[in-house]
Amino acid sequence: MTTYGRGLRGLSLATAATITAALALTFFYAPLDANQGFIQKIFYIHVPLAITALCGFVFGGVLGAIYLRTGDRKWDIRSYVAIHMALIFGIGTLFTGTIWAKASWGHWWVWSDPTLTSFLIVMLLFATYQPLRFSIEDPERQSRYAAVFAVVAGAFVPLNFIAVRAAQQYVHPRVLTLTGGNLPGSMRLTFLVSLVGIALLYVTLWKYEMAAKATRMQVRALRRMLLGEDSVAPLRRSAAPS
Amino acid sequence: MSVVAVLAVAPALPLHSAGKYVAGAYIVFVAILLIYVGIMATRLSRTERELTELRRDLEAQRATRDSNREREPVA
Repeated sequence: MTTYGRGLRGLSLATAATITAALALTFFYAPLDANQGFIQKIFYIHVPLAITALCGFVFGGVLGAIYLRTGDRKWDIRSYVAIHMALIFGIGTLFTGTIWAKASWGHWWVWSDPTLTSFLIVMLLFATYQPLRFSIEDPERQSRYAAVFAVVAGAFVPLNFIAVRAAQQYVHPRVLTLTGGNLPGSMRLTFLVSLVGIALLYVTLWKYEMAAKATRMQVRALRRMLLGEDSVAPLRRSAAPS
Repeated sequence: MSVVAVLAVAPALPLHSAGKYVAGAYIVFVAILLIYVGIMATRLSRTERELTELRRDLEAQRATRDSNREREPVA
């Protein structure tokens, strides 16, 4: 078992249990919102997905910075997987967000809303991460350039968030603030359980992906050791570190 | 029994016009998860195939080595 596979079963069970609890709280405990009614239930999946995706991008940037400091390829792989997973969560955020927008505003997308547009910009920025990697053939340079990109783009995420918060006009509702926000206790509990569930899901999937990559690399290394260098087919050009 | 009791007193879900949107959002989430799990399953089967090939190649190599050793003249 690889290092990443350790504790994966317990983590998977904890994730499944927390997400089940979050769904139960969402549909059977949290009260209906006075303004939006039943549509507001999307909040418990959309916002945790968005927060986890944004934190995932920052996490990828931090791991990229560690790679630049140490030069150890394992940090590049970790950074790559962190950004890859954050992109998947970001896609989930965009889809659930557009459905919520259509249900409550009558439009799939509202360009004048700074939160929506800024999230799309962040997504488009990180969508260039994989093509950037793919465009660089030399693995060493690929890792270094990708790490620089991850650090800069990762730093852009909180700056972008602060800029949007500082904007004056809002269409997007503001329910989460540093002073506690205006969520009632039952809604806040449901939201926090959902957030923990989605964050656990991110960590679990990150570990699964890392375990899969590490296993594949070990198989290649074993083949090389046992059967010689010629027995291993050369790697095809790829955006993924190997 | 207690779960049934909780469900019995839980408010009915208002699945009218808003229901399809809420269901849509949660179905999208599950669909993305399933697609990801499917991709991971494909990768896992590829790794399994590589491991099987490695084992087969190792056994073939060992068989060749054994047959060469048998053919060597004993002094």
